Amino acid sequence: MARTILPFGPQHPVLPEPLHLKLTIEDEIVVEALPTLGYVHRGLEKLCEVRDFNQMVQIVERVCGICSCLHALCYCEGIEQIMGVEVPRRAKYLRTIWGELHRVHSHLLWLGLFADAFGFESLFMQFWRVRERIMDIMEATCGNRVVVSVNVVGGVRRDLSPEQCQWIEQQLIISEKEIRQLQTTILNDYTVKKRCCGKGVLTKEQAYQLGAVGPMLRGSGWAQDARQTGYAAFGELGFEPIVEYDGDSYARCAVRFRETLQSFDIVRLAIARMPAGETAANVEGANEDDTPRIISGNRGGIMQSYNRDKHHSITAAPPPDLDIPAGSLAAKVKGKPDGEAVTRVEQPRGELMYYLKGVGSKNMDRVRIRTPTFANIPPLLAILPGCELADVPVIVLSIDPCISCTER
Amino acid sequence: MLGNLINQGRIKSPWVVHFDCGSCNGCDIEVLACLTPIYDIERFGILNIGNPKHADVLLVTGTVNHRNKHVLKNIYDQMPGPKAVIAIGACGCSGGVFREAYNVVGGVDKVIPVDVYVPGCPARPEAIIDGVVAALEKVKTLLGMTA
Amino acid sequence: MLETIPLSLDEVVAVAKEHFDGGWRLVTMTAVDVGEAGFEIFYHYDKDLVMKHYRLSIPKETVVPSISPVYFAALLVENESRDQFGICFSDIVLDFGGHLYLEAEVRAMPFCKVSVAQKQS
Ligand code: SF4
Repeated sequence: MARTILPFGPQHPVLPEPLHLKLTIEDEIVVEALPTLGYVHRGLEKLCEVRDFNQMVQIVERVCGICSCLHALCYCEGIEQIMGVEVPRRAKYLRTIWGELHRVHSHLLWLGLFADAFGFESLFMQFWRVRERIMDIMEATCGNRVVVSVNVVGGVRRDLSPEQCQWIEQQLIISEKEIRQLQTTILNDYTVKKRCCGKGVLTKEQAYQLGAVGPMLRGSGWAQDARQTGYAAFGELGFEPIVEYDGDSYARCAVRFRETLQSFDIVRLAIARMPAGETAANVEGANEDDTPRIISGNRGGIMQSYNRDKHHSITAAPPPDLDIPAGSLAAKVKGKPDGEAVTRVEQPRGELMYYLKGVGSKNMDRVRIRTPTFANIPPLLAILPGCELADVPVIVLSIDPCISCTER
Repeated sequence: MLGNLINQGRIKSPWVVHFDCGSCNGCDIEVLACLTPIYDIERFGILNIGNPKHADVLLVTGTVNHRNKHVLKNIYDQMPGPKAVIAIGACGCSGGVFREAYNVVGGVDKVIPVDVYVPGCPARPEAIIDGVVAALEKVKTLLGMTA
Repeated sequence: MLETIPLSLDEVVAVAKEHFDGGWRLVTMTAVDVGEAGFEIFYHYDKDLVMKHYRLSIPKETVVPSISPVYFAALLVENESRDQFGICFSDIVLDFGGHLYLEAEVRAMPFCKVSVAQKQS
């Protein structure tokens, strides 16, 4: 039978990112898929040799803009482990809150893109409209929409005032309501089910053996989530992973949808239980005077005259005052990282692992980042053969590929 | 007469194509956010399309590396003139935080001519929209439409 | 501090098999340049959220047997180490030959502290 080789990507309308797949097809059926990576490879692990360990936080945040907060969190936890820094309890809760908000925005982003992949453009718009609320929360509490830069070694840079917490809770209630309205479409619609059910099935054994992580793994029936290891405040908050059993694109979609709602609950719980107190342990080292700085205010968009509320169906309360007094309460920690550590956190796309090695100088010796998509590409290569060409975009998207993570 | 009309249309409704070089996704999702209800660039007639052959404006996010520079050049060459290129984010302008990394060539202007630079890490959606509007001025000059 | 189990070159595949059969998941591998002494390669395995780390120390220019026939998931990371450190692995199921990420222009094995010329293999 005639075989055709079809290049898919790197610049492709359905792909948000430059992944290149060489698909060998036989009568519209994919028989082999070979990836070509490297379109986003920057080599930033190497930058640890020119930046000191505090500045590396800003670099690792830019491994991936979508889950920047969790990269920084994982990195900081590693350094803290090496240096034996005890993070203030309040800072742990704040990390959890921002981390989970990141998960919400990332999942909403993905749900939108996924809807777009099977041609539901208006659903895409709806999800992104809800997502803007989360982005507003980020901007109001951190000063930037995407790369929030709240984590520093030893704690967090910013605090949440009680009014801000209240405002966040209000926003969450509205967003949750809006998301629930979309539930029937994304999970129960006939066409959606036709496009996703039974497509790209990853069996339970395969998922484990191929090293799948995150919603990929949980969509195939494994209850494994790095949040169970109790990083940040999860040790105190407790956590139950969400599991689906079918292992197809639909199951992965359902996992992500339910996780979005679960993250809302975690944020609420964390806000409710958050203890009062200091937010950052002072780490001495490269920058002697690196006290946590509080940057106040909105960065001032160019078109400030946009009236946000006009576009939301329900009028939101205005963001509370952004000037938080710099509460630089600090337990001093001296020294430079010397030793090795492995840390894991759960990113929206799955488990993220950092290996850090310091040799007692201000630069790290080695920073190794194993990102979730990196682990999810082998399973993708295993599920693509045998599917129809028209399903390729849906299946590729269903792993939530983040190529800039993969290649760093 | 007809040419005039087409040119008018081009200015009023520029089509953009977005290409992600080595960006961290921060800028990408802000470009996408421009399309969605809060920012909604379609109300200015700006339309995002996948095919460079139909596009007037190229939006590039992220740094250029040794592998994707060929792709970038290729996409640029496929676009019909008059065209404008916008580099988005600190990365697209100069290489940003990754400037010193070994696989990074630098900003977009190392490979293709850039008309508008939109700074920010990530650049805000408002700034990106502003950048597109600024790029249209250049297209206007190319078309000889400035009085 | 990181607890690691030392590993020797000829145990690599056997240990991988053992873990595969025992229901462990390969999290990843990490290569570290330790200067004169060569490289260290870590094999990180995970089962029920417990991690186990094996440390393999090798001099430079050693050919390491690939575990990708056992764990398919190892193929990307082995190719990556090849790219970045020039560590050669024998029998990777999908060998990119040092061009997973890098184009021919960057051929200096960026992660090595003292870079050696790439051997034609
Ligand atoms: S400018 Fe910043 S946000 Fe944009 S791609 Fe570069 S690192 Fe990411």
